[in-house]
Amino acid sequence: MKKMIFASLLGLSLTASAVAMAEPVKVGMITTLSGGGSGLGVDVRDGFMLAAKMAGNKDLEVVIEDDARKPDLAVQIADKMIQKEKVDILTGIIWSNLAMAVVPGAVGQGVFYLSPNAGPSALAGKGCHENYFNVAWQNDNLHEAMGGHASSAGFKNAFILAPNYPAGKDALTGFKRFFKGDVAGELYTKLGQNDYAAEIAQIRASGADSVFFFLPGGMGIAFMKQYAQSGVDTPVMGPAFSFDQGILKAVGDAAIGVKNSSQWSKDIDNPANKAFVEGFQAEYGRLPSLYASQGFDTANLILSAMNKADVKDADAFRAALKEADFDSVRGDFKFDSNQHPIQDIYVREVIKEGDVLTNKIVGVGLEDRSSAYVDACKL
Amino acid sequence: MTLALFTEQLLNGVQFGIMLFLMAAGLTLVFGVMGLINLAHGSLYMIGAFICATVAVATGSFWLGLIASLAGAAAAGAVMEIVVIRRLYARDHLDQVLATFALILIFSEGTRWVFGSFPLYLDIPPILQGAVFLPGGVQYPLYRLAIIIAGLAIALGLYLLISRTRLGMRIRAGESDREMISALGVDIRTLYTIVFALGAALAGLAGALVGAIQSVQVGMGEPVLILAFVVIVIGGIGSVKGALIGAILVGVVDTMGRILLPQFFALFMENAQATSVGSALASMAIYILMAIILALKPQGLFAAGA
Repeated sequence: MKKMIFASLLGLSLTASAVAMAEPVKVGMITTLSGGGSGLGVDVRDGFMLAAKMAGNKDLEVVIEDDARKPDLAVQIADKMIQKEKVDILTGIIWSNLAMAVVPGAVGQGVFYLSPNAGPSALAGKGCHENYFNVAWQNDNLHEAMGGHASSAGFKNAFILAPNYPAGKDALTGFKRFFKGDVAGELYTKLGQNDYAAEIAQIRASGADSVFFFLPGGMGIAFMKQYAQSGVDTPVMGPAFSFDQGILKAVGDAAIGVKNSSQWSKDIDNPANKAFVEGFQAEYGRLPSLYASQGFDTANLILSAMNKADVKDADAFRAALKEADFDSVRGDFKFDSNQHPIQDIYVREVIKEGDVLTNKIVGVGLEDRSSAYVDACKL
Repeated sequence: MTLALFTEQLLNGVQFGIMLFLMAAGLTLVFGVMGLINLAHGSLYMIGAFICATVAVATGSFWLGLIASLAGAAAAGAVMEIVVIRRLYARDHLDQVLATFALILIFSEGTRWVFGSFPLYLDIPPILQGAVFLPGGVQYPLYRLAIIIAGLAIALGLYLLISRTRLGMRIRAGESDREMISALGVDIRTLYTIVFALGAALAGLAGALVGAIQSVQVGMGEPVLILAFVVIVIGGIGSVKGALIGAILVGVVDTMGRILLPQFFALFMENAQATSVGSALASMAIYILMAIILALKPQGLFAAGA
């Protein structure tokens, strides 16, 4: 009897999944694969494709295009993917200014957008949309954790800087939200800027007791190298974007001991993360960054929803996405009402493992952090 | 703002200008002598940086890397001139822009293919590490000071080369009348290759020098290229002296604008707003400078052969 129930249940679930898998899901990935920020896009893409490969689901079809960090190009690619390629889901955008250009139009045309990186505040509050899911973080999150950490570490007068684009503004807003001390100076630099001599001179003159900077990709490399040579010894800190795996390799020993905040780290202890870190190294021969982890989680979220619902049934698919029924490499993960994550943000320290620089978790910055804008979202 | 901070920022501006000069000198020579717009000049800058990083990692010596970047970029420039550029002199500027833009794509993708998308590691040589105290209590990174000195030495060298040597004489002659000098029996093809390789070597050197304090990555040359074009337009196309003055002018205006404009707006605005308005205006500062100079002197500050 027991056996029969089991068998019929199995049969049921098989038919259910057969229905769900009937339609292939076409994902359009628009990401930065050339120019200054290409390391980030490559990591998101590689993380995403690794998850797709590990799942082996033949119904997941991915088309990838390079936006070269240009908003106009990203919009063109999105239109082409929606109208010509008939994609069901768009994903991949790294930079918040590109996300702001693409996402509202795309979700307005009825496709889903799953963000593996950018989480501009404008899309987390009043501008939230039922088809927009953020699988990474709301932009402010990592910086909020660092602001809190800076206060508890006893810093009272911080100099803060970020690039002049939506994520940069979110970054400094987030930091100030949880930092109780004074701001000795606040600077917005040009996106893609490579020379920080003028900013470092101002830091030197400001009398700050700490420096918080959000400079992802090549910008962070340039800043750290120049800072190390400047003779200024004020301690620096930042979000993981300023100290990710790609940056550490190029900065060298100057980064050792620096604290930074992240929702993910390669030493988070859970089976999904272990499989991810090992699989990534085996596939690509390098350590994954947080961007890769976000790409990996995005793909797994899509795969989990594909097992539950048909993408052509938008309401069912949306509900399946919202359940977030997948094993995130970060551990606990769920969506808040604005469809942005509720997750822990850790504080990490840059260490040397053998001769490789990497990050190690030293504490939890914020537990179960949602986003500051959730109440403004009417979902 | 204290005097020490002001001096430091002025030095930063000059150092930035010197880097632009190394890029702009080659660009302006190629434009002046051959009448060619070379968009791929930024690729030579990138090639210099990648060669320096690779050789420095392989041999452990930054200086060997620097020499290799000079030689490598010059060689790349010579090959580029012989294979592609040579066919473009007689064409109009639009064809040149199209062809050299194609070269950018080829070089970028080629470099990505060989080295990957992730930035390479290149560090400052130990002897130039750290900061020094200058008179007046200014603390300044030694490496940037070395760049300023090296750049000024190169500017002097170029001046002597162009005004005092036979090669320089031919370059100047080529600028003013290219038919005439080939009629006088000068091998203009070789001359063009030499000038192009010289410009390439300077761009490669700039890339290597900058690579040590910024990041060595694909696409690093294009933002500098745009500024280098601004410099040669301000300085007067074809004039090396104009390139030097224009570069330092652009470097100082850009650096000072980035610091002073946000502070200026902070006098009567809320801080966050002032920084964003100030930063936005600062990124326009050099283009405004260019517009003003072109309005007053349409040929640029030191127009050659005009």
